[in-house]
Amino acid sequence: MTLRKLGLYAAALLLTAWVLAPIVLIALAAATPREDLYRWPRPLWPERLSFEILSSFARQEAVLRALGNSLAVAGLTIVLATLVSAPAGYALARYPFRGREAVQLGILATKMFPATALAVPLAVAFIRWGLYDTLLGVALVHTALSVPFVILIVASVFRGVPAELEEAAMSLGASRVGAFIRVTFPMALPGLAAAAIFTFILSWNEVFAATLLTVNHRTLPALLVHSVVAEGAPLHYRYAGGFFLVLPALVIIFVIRRYLLTLWGVTVR
Amino acid sequence: MAEIRLEGLHKRFGRVVAVRDVSLEIREGEFVVLLGPSGCGKTTVLRLVAGLETPDRGRVWIGGRDVTRLPPGRRDLGMVFQSYALFPHMRVFDNVAFGLRMRGVGVAEQRRRVEEVAELLQIADLLDRYPAQLSGGQRQRVAVARALVVRPQVLLMDEPLSNLDALLRLHMRAELKRLHREVGSTTVYVTHDQVEAMSLGDRVAVLREGQVVQFDTPTQIYDHPSDRFVGSFLGNPPMNFFQATVDPEDGSLRVEGVKFPAPVAYAQALAERRGGPILVGIRPEHVSVGTGPLRGEVLVAEPLGAQKLLTVRTAQHLVKVAVGPDHAARPGEHVALDLPEAHLRLMDAQTERALPRR
Ligand SMILES: Nc1ncnc2c1ncn2[C@@H]1O[C@H](COP(=O)(O)OP(=O)(O)OP(=O)(O)O)[C@@H](O)[C@H]1O
Ligand SMILES: [Mg+2]
Repeated sequence: MTLRKLGLYAAALLLTAWVLAPIVLIALAAATPREDLYRWPRPLWPERLSFEILSSFARQEAVLRALGNSLAVAGLTIVLATLVSAPAGYALARYPFRGREAVQLGILATKMFPATALAVPLAVAFIRWGLYDTLLGVALVHTALSVPFVILIVASVFRGVPAELEEAAMSLGASRVGAFIRVTFPMALPGLAAAAIFTFILSWNEVFAATLLTVNHRTLPALLVHSVVAEGAPLHYRYAGGFFLVLPALVIIFVIRRYLLTLWGVTVR
Repeated sequence: MAEIRLEGLHKRFGRVVAVRDVSLEIREGEFVVLLGPSGCGKTTVLRLVAGLETPDRGRVWIGGRDVTRLPPGRRDLGMVFQSYALFPHMRVFDNVAFGLRMRGVGVAEQRRRVEEVAELLQIADLLDRYPAQLSGGQRQRVAVARALVVRPQVLLMDEPLSNLDALLRLHMRAELKRLHREVGSTTVYVTHDQVEAMSLGDRVAVLREGQVVQFDTPTQIYDHPSDRFVGSFLGNPPMNFFQATVDPEDGSLRVEGVKFPAPVAYAQALAERRGGPILVGIRPEHVSVGTGPLRGEVLVAEPLGAQKLLTVRTAQHLVKVAVGPDHAARPGEHVALDLPEAHLRLMDAQTERALPRR
């Protein structure tokens, strides 16, 4: 192995450790029996492992309800974001209209606007519209947050499907819509799935809007923030909650990492 | 089968005029080749016929029907793309059957017709594969099969052989010719390869900068190019051109001060040009070496197998001469050239357009 390669591996290891260390620590803590958790000094590697904390956390009714809420909000966000972003992304990818670059930049520029500045007016407006403390309300905000990214991802996915394939389908008798459904869509599916997963994770982890806009219908992150900040939840509760938040992202990314590579229109087989 | 009529087609992309005032009448069952250098608008004309572009002006008629405003799927045509555009997520069978499905053909009939066309194109044992598992030549066959299976009135092909290696191209060229004889669809074929155009086309339309400069049979185009551009674009090596003058007294041609009798067919056209300049064209294989009034020195002798190609420098021109493979001429040797009257093609010195013959 050359020195250069060695350096590369070392850098990779360092980066991996940087990302993995908190995850591992939180997982270990969550798997430590309650009484060991409060011992001092606490060993880095717990002497005994148990699922006591995790299972008691997961058996709480509030947690289960929040989990359901989180899933519902994320699902709704995926549907809404896809409905908005897919046509926009397709148009950006296929039609060379005047001002396309500007539109593309403008979409991204909306991300520069701080969400905090919107918080109060948004809450007021939601109360007026009857969207306050509803899952739909949270999903709408999450949609607004994810749409700029999703549009750009989807546009690049569609750009990766040659226009000639659609034209071939049309020359063989398909309509424009038919060509999209039979050719472009199936080919874009992996990339679209990656975009959906991206949206899911964004919604699953989003805490600011979810905390601000809900009281009774909290999502999991909102519930955790509330329990920790307002009720001073104990250490083991925090570890278990943290672990639960990280888990789906880990599982999903592991499963779809192959598709994530198609994010920018490059399909790696 | 149907005839195609293009009427005054015009298409521009932003500031680029891709097609200007193209009118062509293509007969039923005819094989017409659109030939021209890169960027001359061949693909655009084909896409206008297919309905993948809409013209700014002009009309497209297929089989007596004005299809100018119809989408591609309703023009009853098959198209073979340069990149083949096979659907990568479908097996060969489904690729070929695509057009049939779009037309609502029953499953049993689909299978029968796919197998029939697969037989014709010798891809029967590839039907279960994905396009990524095919060689270039096989993909090309699948693309042709996919276009043919719907028995279109019109078959459009955009440089279908340009991605193949030379040997395969030669083979597929013959195959396409056989196929056209068997299927008989009116075919429009785009290429920038003049040999392909000559060998395939019943007629060839030569395009330049978006315009049709000549539309005729390959022999006519080769023997009687309508202007200097066509003469130099077709033929390998291209036609030789001499700057000459018309003798003011007897109307004969003066090439580098040497007198050549003028071809009779041009007598009338030359009568008006006495004393003026003129462009004289002649194909390399028609220049004769050995005796003749024109002197030159052989610069290069290239044996090309069936013939030998000489580059001869005369006082004012470089002349390409095709001679037999056993010709003894060597570089440095001085030779005499003759320009046989029957093979001279005369063009206007300014416009470079062919003079009328009678
Ligand atoms: N979609 C387009 N947008 C802008 N310009 C275009 C477009 N399609 C073609 N053109 C321009 O129109 C002209 C004709 O293009 P076309 O593709 O018809 O040429 P071609 O004869 O097929 O060339 P080639 O042999 O290289 O394929 C070119 O100058 C090209 O740059
Ligand atoms: Mg082209």
